[in-house]
Amino acid sequence: MAIPKYVGTETEFGIQVVGPSEVNPVLASSMVVGAYQSSGRSTIRWDHTDEHPLRDARGYEEPDAHEPPTDEDLGLANTVLTNGARFYVDHAHPEYSSPECSNARDLVVWDKAGERILEDAAQRAAQSLPVGSRVLIHKNNTDGKGAAYGTHENYLVPRAVPFPRLVTELIPFFVSRLVYVGAGRIGNEFGLDAVPFQLSQRADFFEVEVGLETTLKRPLVNTRDEPHADPERYRRLHVINGDANLCEVATFLKVGTTLIVLDMIEDEALPETPTLAHPVSAFHQVSHDLTGRVALDLEDGSTATPIELQWHYLDAAKRYWKDRDLEPVTAEVLQRWEDVLAQAETDPRALAGQVDWATKLRVLERYRERDGLDWHDDKLKMIDLQYHDVRRDKGLYNRLAARGDVERLVAESEIQRAMTAPPEDTRAYFRGRCLERFRDEIVAAGWDALIFDVGTSEALQRVPMMEPGRGTKAHVGDLLDEVDSATELLERLTG
Amino acid sequence: MSDGGQTRKGTSSREEVEEQVDTTTETSDETEELVEDVDELLDEIDDVLEENAEEFIKNYVQKGGQ
Repeated sequence: MAIPKYVGTETEFGIQVVGPSEVNPVLASSMVVGAYQSSGRSTIRWDHTDEHPLRDARGYEEPDAHEPPTDEDLGLANTVLTNGARFYVDHAHPEYSSPECSNARDLVVWDKAGERILEDAAQRAAQSLPVGSRVLIHKNNTDGKGAAYGTHENYLVPRAVPFPRLVTELIPFFVSRLVYVGAGRIGNEFGLDAVPFQLSQRADFFEVEVGLETTLKRPLVNTRDEPHADPERYRRLHVINGDANLCEVATFLKVGTTLIVLDMIEDEALPETPTLAHPVSAFHQVSHDLTGRVALDLEDGSTATPIELQWHYLDAAKRYWKDRDLEPVTAEVLQRWEDVLAQAETDPRALAGQVDWATKLRVLERYRERDGLDWHDDKLKMIDLQYHDVRRDKGLYNRLAARGDVERLVAESEIQRAMTAPPEDTRAYFRGRCLERFRDEIVAAGWDALIFDVGTSEALQRVPMMEPGRGTKAHVGDLLDEVDSATELLERLTG
Repeated sequence: MSDGGQTRKGTSSREEVEEQVDTTTETSDETEELVEDVDELLDEIDDVLEENAEEFIKNYVQKGGQ
């Protein structure tokens, strides 16, 4: 039986300072993160002890001349929040890494909380710039001019699952899930087939099937082996091929279906997966096709459409869950997955209101119709970009959501709460609550440890958190409520 | 009497016409609602959209990330 899976997302947001002064994006990102920190929410530094971004899942560690110096070397803002998230500067973008969540619905809540945190932080940052300055934040993945930045998903997978099997069984899934994962964009990159509009913001930037890199030669399956958990038992599958989603249904499905597929791979419950003849070009083909019916070449000489590939996984999932206890969230993922595929089979554009690319495309088409605009018109590109603006009064996704044109899955009150409160059923609970209660005694925090300085000894005290499913409210809620100080907490934990 | 017959006939065809008109009215109401809805949406977007799209798009350049 598959282990409980934990999931988190990390998003590098687009950032643009508009106004009288020029501010470079690294400084602007640092100002945004710093502005949120200085609002009294956090001053804790990040613990890098267990970070090994160059360790490869294929079993070796390779030096990489391309990676820029770490944020810490540059003295950039880097912190951890009481909701268990990490908020920092990465590659000239403000990045929000959600806390670990136990299911797709919670992930939607804490991923959305990240949008609200960026909205708030950007507004604060603008106050320290000359009058008339604005700091604009976009939850997107490309500037449309050759630069891409990531929205990554992270899934806890048992180390016992052979990595090559993950690669084989995941690639056709990743290639075809663009039908609901794509956030949509006008145009294309690198002289690939010219299209007016395509499903994915990211697809054109992918060049290889499997690899360690994330900033160039981007691979469909990334091999970074940095579990942020007990390395003997787990790996963290680092998925870099997805888009930043604003539609809650899209985030829910992106993460929910992947969790289900990973359970099936672990339990060897997938029937033989069709092998794509050319996965990378198939990824581009799926993105460039708005019908869901493009014929993708398979290794056996036949073809399959992206929708057919998705049915392969969904049919297997329905069989897999038939005789198992079905959690309500998983049941909802299965139902929505089926609804979306059925809809995509008849008219994918009717997914507007559920998935981002179709929601955006509908608005663009209406504008084209009303104003007779050509696809190259800057006004359409502006709509394409402003769809992702995180401000609730100016972002076009947010305006559509406020009008009821987009389906919501979670309440705004839950999102607001999640800006400061951690999930209760993962180790993020321990991290977040400790930061809330003992901020002054914590000198550093990471995914798998908290470091305390309680002043009673020379040495700092490191509390490891190698099990993502431990440190929950059920485990430590009473303890955290009972203790009066960090010293007492450490005594009770080690005693 | 023949007038009456003509009247009845006339009434009947007027009813038919009225029915048709009713149907037509409903359809055009729905269409108008949709058109109004789309117009409203686009007006709303016009109100919040960055004013100088050409300039904004020209200046929107991001550093590559992961």
